[in-house]
Amino acid sequence: MNIHEYQAKEILAAYGVKIAEGGLAYSIEESVQRAREIEGGVWVVKAQIHSGARGKAGGIKVCKTHAEVEQAAEALLGKKLVTHQTGSAGKICSRLYIEAGTSIAKEMYLSFMIDRISERVIMIGSAEGGMEIEKLAVSKPEAIIKIYIEPAVGLQDFQARKMAFALGIDAAQLNHAVKTIKGCYRALRDLDANILEINPLVITANNDIMALDAKMVFDENALFRRHKIAELRDNTQVDPREVAAAEAGLSYVGLDGDIGCMINGAGLAMATMDMIKLAGGEPANFLDVGGGASAERTEKAFRLVLADANVKAMLVNIFAGINRCDWIAEGVVQAVRNIDMKVPLVVRLSGTNVEEGRRIIADSGLPIITADTLAEAAEKVVHARNEVVAQKA
Amino acid sequence: MAILIDEKTRIIVQGFTGRIGTFHAQEMIDYGSNVVGGVTPGKGGQTHLGLPVFNTVKEAVDQVGAEASIVFVPPAFAADSIMEAADAGIKYCVSITDGIPTQDMMTVKNFLRRFPKKERMLLTGPNCAGTISPERAMLGIMPGHIYMRGNVGVVGRSGTLGYEAADQMRLLGIGISTSVGIGGDPIPGSSHRDILERLEQDPETKVALMIGEIGGPQEVEAGRFAKEHMSKPLVAYIAGLTAPEGRRMGHAGAIISSAGESAAEKVAMLKDLGVTICPTPSLMGQTVAEVLEKL
Repeated sequence: MNIHEYQAKEILAAYGVKIAEGGLAYSIEESVQRAREIEGGVWVVKAQIHSGARGKAGGIKVCKTHAEVEQAAEALLGKKLVTHQTGSAGKICSRLYIEAGTSIAKEMYLSFMIDRISERVIMIGSAEGGMEIEKLAVSKPEAIIKIYIEPAVGLQDFQARKMAFALGIDAAQLNHAVKTIKGCYRALRDLDANILEINPLVITANNDIMALDAKMVFDENALFRRHKIAELRDNTQVDPREVAAAEAGLSYVGLDGDIGCMINGAGLAMATMDMIKLAGGEPANFLDVGGGASAERTEKAFRLVLADANVKAMLVNIFAGINRCDWIAEGVVQAVRNIDMKVPLVVRLSGTNVEEGRRIIADSGLPIITADTLAEAAEKVVHARNEVVAQKA
Repeated sequence: MAILIDEKTRIIVQGFTGRIGTFHAQEMIDYGSNVVGGVTPGKGGQTHLGLPVFNTVKEAVDQVGAEASIVFVPPAFAADSIMEAADAGIKYCVSITDGIPTQDMMTVKNFLRRFPKKERMLLTGPNCAGTISPERAMLGIMPGHIYMRGNVGVVGRSGTLGYEAADQMRLLGIGISTSVGIGGDPIPGSSHRDILERLEQDPETKVALMIGEIGGPQEVEAGRFAKEHMSKPLVAYIAGLTAPEGRRMGHAGAIISSAGESAAEKVAMLKDLGVTICPTPSLMGQTVAEVLEKL
């Protein structure tokens, strides 16, 4: 789960990481009010969306007067920001963070994440901040320092010092740096975050060490024990189809194609989407309906897939294990009867009680196209989609 | 032979008396697995499905000689159950539970590494369908009837895609020595490579099929192992050609978050390592058949 920059900064501040003075605003008036409350003559108006690279997309504006803050707020609030991380759909900005301007002496990079290879938390730093770490990893890999943290004992002071020296921090600020680095690690561990990234971490003109930006990504599987973190969820930053799916307990990812999919199992879902692509189509979504697909759940999944106006044909591919094909077939028939389906439907059933399942579909009298194999199902749904497109043209 | 389990393996069920544990324990018994009891703390001394219930895994090891366990315990408590099994001397544990926090798995793996390698419990899963040695024993939740006994060893992250592969092979008359689900989580108990090491040692297995997906480094690591240390051919399919970067595709671990983690990149690297790639998921059976014919 992603959270906003201002939320991540609040968390980090509680762990002893210094941040600039700032305040949240939902309106233009509030933005100006926040600027009035913050001393100094420079303010940064920062769009709060769940994405990095906001600067390049025009989501961060440096202002020297209250009037400029007003203009910046007007330009950003309610607007869609498109970054390379948001995709073409972009993300709506409905919150602004107004922060005191900071004069920067030095920019650095610091992050912590759970590394899948070592199965440990890895601390990554670079004295060259402000850049995207992925690009730096390619252009100048020697500028990146990695320190692995033993889970049972946690981050040790010597490791934090090693990182601080590698970042080029002066001896005078060493203790502050160690406190900052250890605070970040504790935040990640205490709160079940998978990623914590500060880019840039800066040394200010006043020799303070400060997190100028902050990103935290939390483990969805651990939210049951992190209630305060779970409350930070902002569904305006998530595809509404995915919000509806999560509420129905379904795993859904919206894509740009026009063939809707309902499949059981994440791997089979990905494989089925691959088959659609190889057959010349483009999937509209990933949808794992799960193991215990009841008739009610099946209908919810159908409604979700068909809520996408782009969908021109739909494919159901179920390999029944614990499930039974006859139950799935009954659910499909019920869903098709209850929903006024306007697009062709291809159903492929396999596994437990497959003959009964196929018979239920055949006896229903509904215009359902059936397929026996994965390849056949993909070909038939792409063909059906092409016919729909040809008819419309 | 098979690997990990056979008809003699003495199995216990952790989370035995719960709804899900009960259902699958019965399925495993019906399949012919040698289930010798179960563990539900606080219910020790009772009988369930005609088998003894124990308070601790250690009691099950001491009293009925449990060697393998299967964990159906809810995600908040699953890591603890896995570590209890390791501590009690269980040799092989399958964790079915989906939704275990990643940091809990980090703790589990760290705990397991503290045991000398010879005494270390092997863990597969979590978030998997389990392991089956067809016609001998099932330690999982798969539909046993689609698996035919034979000489292809299978390792995969996905449950239903594993069923699809087993079904395709059965329709072509190809059987399986052992099929192991390693699960869809970012920190799995065992990797593809860990299972390939065992399949390489298994006299019954002639060919290995690896069913991978986007996210993480482990398919390519397995490919490297196959090139350097395996005498048996490796066939692979990688799911997720259409998966966008940075999005979690159902499985917690199925996310492209860095270079080399997309399906196309993994396929290219595996090809370079000499692995036979299934061009489409509907050709998993066919591709294995072609490799078997050449032996």
